[in-house]
Amino acid sequence: MAPYMQHAALAGTAIAVAAGLIGYFLVLRSQVFTTDALGHVTYTGAMSGLAFAFNPLVGLFAATVAVAGGFAVLGRRARADDVLIGSTFAWVLGLGAFFQGLYTEHHSTGGNGRAGATYLFGSIFGISATQAVVSVLICAAACIAMALIARPLLFASLDEAVAVARGVPVRLLGAGFLIVVGVACAQAAQAVGALLLLGLISAPAGAAHRLTTRPFVGLVLAAAIAVFSTWAGLLISYEVPRTPPSFAIIGVATLSYLMTFMWRPGARTRRPPLDRHHAEPALLPDI
Amino acid sequence: MSLVGSAASSNAAWSWNLLNDVRDMFSYPFMVNAFRGGTIVAIVGAVVGWYMVLRKQTFAGHTLSVAAFPGAAAATLIGISATIGYFTFCIAAALVIAIASRPSRGRGFSAESAVVGTVQAFVLASGYLFATLYNGVLSGLNNQLFGFTFGITDAQVVTLGAVAVLVLGVLAVIGRRLFFASIDTDVADARGVGVRLLGVVFLLVLGAAAAEASQITGALLVFALLVMPAAVAQRVTARPVAGIALAVLIGVVATWGGLTMAYYTSYPSGFCITSFAFAAFIAVHRVRASA
Repeated sequence: MAPYMQHAALAGTAIAVAAGLIGYFLVLRSQVFTTDALGHVTYTGAMSGLAFAFNPLVGLFAATVAVAGGFAVLGRRARADDVLIGSTFAWVLGLGAFFQGLYTEHHSTGGNGRAGATYLFGSIFGISATQAVVSVLICAAACIAMALIARPLLFASLDEAVAVARGVPVRLLGAGFLIVVGVACAQAAQAVGALLLLGLISAPAGAAHRLTTRPFVGLVLAAAIAVFSTWAGLLISYEVPRTPPSFAIIGVATLSYLMTFMWRPGARTRRPPLDRHHAEPALLPDI
Repeated sequence: MSLVGSAASSNAAWSWNLLNDVRDMFSYPFMVNAFRGGTIVAIVGAVVGWYMVLRKQTFAGHTLSVAAFPGAAAATLIGISATIGYFTFCIAAALVIAIASRPSRGRGFSAESAVVGTVQAFVLASGYLFATLYNGVLSGLNNQLFGFTFGITDAQVVTLGAVAVLVLGVLAVIGRRLFFASIDTDVADARGVGVRLLGVVFLLVLGAAAAEASQITGALLVFALLVMPAAVAQRVTARPVAGIALAVLIGVVATWGGLTMAYYTSYPSGFCITSFAFAAFIAVHRVRASA
């Protein structure tokens, strides 16, 4: 196996596991939009670094974590509403275009159209050995953080009011979760592209939520589907030339999600659904 | 297109003589078309955006607007008009989201955000695939993503106007019921308003509006015209008619201000327009917070 494939497989697997675990909670909390916004903030962060001549990586991490923190502070109960996210996001992108304009004005030699596109579409086949190792370390840290907060976060996501009453620090958990998402986004976006990250967060988690209502089975399932999509996608784009790896990986993930719509398990054998808004179904009389 | 912009800005200077400035700006046909197209899109974006913000479908709106990018890439690949590509992909994406994210009873939380995210990742990846196959790879990509306000042709203005009339006409017909269905879904459903159908129709309208706005501000900056004027208006007033009128006003002013700023500086028009709109958003946020 060529070294670039090894790096892609290593970093891809690490990012897929983290994206699966984080994505499960993002879908449960209806916060996928937040990741989408954070993924694009990485672009502005990197561009600010280029425009003002400091390390783009510093700008990227600083901007992403700052915006994640901002969403946590500004949103009610650490969940920013979608108007706030949308408005910030639109302007941050405009700002990114502005920084890119500044950068290309001073460095008019080449790279004009590329810079904007690279952050979005990434290049998983272009990862260096160092980048792969850093990706693994950061994603491992994100997974450990998720494992530590999984139980209380699940409680806080499913029934916020009761969680508050029981003394679970709901606000702090939401903020901590967003910071983890921000760090993972920053690393994944610059390694494999914001687009691939969004695909690996939403499709496997969406599929897992359709397949099971048990949270811990669902978490494992989401991570497994994400890893499977990554491996299958890498293999496809290795075997079929001219297929971009990000397209192959997202294609497999989307197909997995699509298949869960076809597959309908016997509704009666399932547990009562996780329910945030309605009364406990088991208590209702059977008519 | 930035070439045209910077060439014009190099010999144009802001003189504080407004009449002269405007006359000078409008002596370029590309500026006249930018103002025509921008105004149409600002009006449609503000009206549709008002409902989008009310229904909390901002994420869907963003996804539909990026669907314009694979549309343009696919159209280039098979050699048809980009406008057809824009509208085909945006409306197809709207249908997929409407079908896949319908609420199934008893599931508790809505998986809409997963569906929307997946659709977005998939359409962007397809766009990248088309662009790769076309081999034009990344040269036109920036324009498709960040817009080329100063490259609008007369024919495009006519298309924009026709679609705008269609979108506003549909909204005029369903507006009242859509408002009812968005404010109180359960009661509207009980009163026999076709809530599901209205949701699908609205997503289609949103798709058409997003496809339209994408041509002006670029797929990534379409939000400025969809979300911000509406967000400001809803913070100022809860009355539907006044809110929609205010959103249109803010959208048009931000577009005109942004285009003028882009003309007199060398900054990208998308950045200028979003900055004006975001300034209004922050100002209202501050005033409301201190009040």
